[in-house]
Amino acid sequence: MEEAIIRTEGLKKSFGKVQAVKGVDLAVEQGTVFGLLGPNGAGKTTTIRILTTLLEPDEGKAVVAGFDVVRDAILLRPVIGLAGQFAAVDENLTGLENLEMVGRLYHLSAAEARKRAQDVLERFDLAEAAHRTAKTYSGGMRRRLDVGASLVGQPKVLFMDEPTTGLDPRSRLVLWELIRDLQKEGTTLLLCTQYLEEADQLCDRISVIDLGTVIAEGTSEELKGKIGGEVLELHVAAEHLGRAVETLRGLGSGEPTQDEDTRLIRVPVGSEGPQVLLETVRQLDDAGIPIEDIALHRPTLDDVFLSLTGHAAEIAIEESDEPEPVPEKRRRRRDR
Amino acid sequence: MSAVALQRPSFTTRAMLSFFDSLVVARRNLMQIVRVPAVLVFELVQPVMFVLLFRYVFAGNIAGMDAIPGGYVTFLMPGIIVQNAIFGATTTAIGIAEDLKSGLVDRFRSLPMARPAMLAGRATSDLIKNFILLLVVIGIGYLVGFSFKNGFLGALAMIVLVMAVSFTFSWVMATIALAVKKLEAVQAAAFTGIFPLVFISSALVRVEGMTSFLRPVARNNPITYWANLARYFAIGDFPGMGGSVEHLILWSAIWIGVLLAIFMPLSIRLYSKLT
Repeated sequence: MEEAIIRTEGLKKSFGKVQAVKGVDLAVEQGTVFGLLGPNGAGKTTTIRILTTLLEPDEGKAVVAGFDVVRDAILLRPVIGLAGQFAAVDENLTGLENLEMVGRLYHLSAAEARKRAQDVLERFDLAEAAHRTAKTYSGGMRRRLDVGASLVGQPKVLFMDEPTTGLDPRSRLVLWELIRDLQKEGTTLLLCTQYLEEADQLCDRISVIDLGTVIAEGTSEELKGKIGGEVLELHVAAEHLGRAVETLRGLGSGEPTQDEDTRLIRVPVGSEGPQVLLETVRQLDDAGIPIEDIALHRPTLDDVFLSLTGHAAEIAIEESDEPEPVPEKRRRRRDR
Repeated sequence: MSAVALQRPSFTTRAMLSFFDSLVVARRNLMQIVRVPAVLVFELVQPVMFVLLFRYVFAGNIAGMDAIPGGYVTFLMPGIIVQNAIFGATTTAIGIAEDLKSGLVDRFRSLPMARPAMLAGRATSDLIKNFILLLVVIGIGYLVGFSFKNGFLGALAMIVLVMAVSFTFSWVMATIALAVKKLEAVQAAAFTGIFPLVFISSALVRVEGMTSFLRPVARNNPITYWANLARYFAIGDFPGMGGSVEHLILWSAIWIGVLLAIFMPLSIRLYSKLT
């Protein structure tokens, strides 16, 4: 790999007795979108806060764009942008004023700050709302304004902490497009997400993080490969279940398994999916067993997560005990 | 990375940028008054209420005011004005707590702006806001029978003193906000601390009329020094000043200096070490 633009070694951070980050190692190549995937409480936010100089690590080292996040924080801040977990915009300022203020705090001239603010509003489809106070914005607009604010400084490295949490599907797609565009322009992005689909869609590489440590790293494909190729899934009527499993034995790359309750049969097929599918249909037809449905199932990051952590991502989210800084009422309002 | 960009900015550059950043933040805070003027109006209710209550409910029941030219209202107004300066500074705590809650503090802390500028900007905008409140309260005072009796320079000196007190307490309040963090708790902490401090002072009543064990506390309360000095600037010599003008100026200045020396660095430190 080329020299990494973000590199952490043995990053550790505790809050009182809670060890939020227990030794995170990351290496992010310039110009890529890198995903930190994990449930709430996994240590994603703490890691991002260390990398954006909001928190000092207890142990370990982190270098972003050539600057040590502790020693060179003053030099690092001008070249990074942060879109935090919730839209950090001033409700009493207009969209334009919010962005101009951020521009001024990046120490741009008044004219330059205004120009960049207008460009960002244009690009994020907020030009028409430029002179309305942010209070009147919808959840999606606020989030776009917040991401926009993180771009005013034209950062080399952009950190986004769950950028689409609480957004409706349309706003989410809009934001995904923006992220892809930013990457095309050469920005390096580090993206925290608890949505497996999001990481799958956007990220060149993914670190799966759970309980403060990285438990797997690779491309989406590599991670899926770790749990062993495709699976053929089919349903048959209960009375045919036993006979169907007998018929299918030896067809796939492993033994078929059956679930009596759901009447689901799963056959691991490795990379021979289509051939096994055809053969299965032919043989069950010959045996006179009607197939209710049948599909090749490519493993999702959900499967990866389950097999890596032993628990599903969604369950872990509910069990999270990480302090949730988002004001509850506001979050719920945004969700609607 | 160019060699220039790698250089740390010099002290002078950073000082200038800090000043500039503070103004950007102060301007942003003041926009709230422009956009939501109701907040300022509500903030005026309390001082006006205090003036009216003390002027019309308590005035007749407060002894020892015969020697004061103009009676209790003349005694009261400078004290109420000092009290307002301190109560007015609680908005610093509330503003910072709100910014913590909304995530704006995270944004500010990740920007290349000078970190103390967020606090200095808040203290500055609250100073301007409290100056507006001060002028309104003086106006109300005139409506209920108060007047300056120590000349224009005296009145000006009082305003400067009161603004210095207000600015000082903004830093105390910033420290409280950054230590307590949660908005509701910050509100409670700010007011609970201030109420006894203001009432056990000469801001509203004479120290001589208090229970004997409270008198030494009240006499050494910085608010007593400030209230008495403000009173002197407003109306000239009065009985119960508790020392010469020089004595009052000295102790008023010492208290302001000590509080700033403690709470400015403390709040800035808390801000940069936020988790």
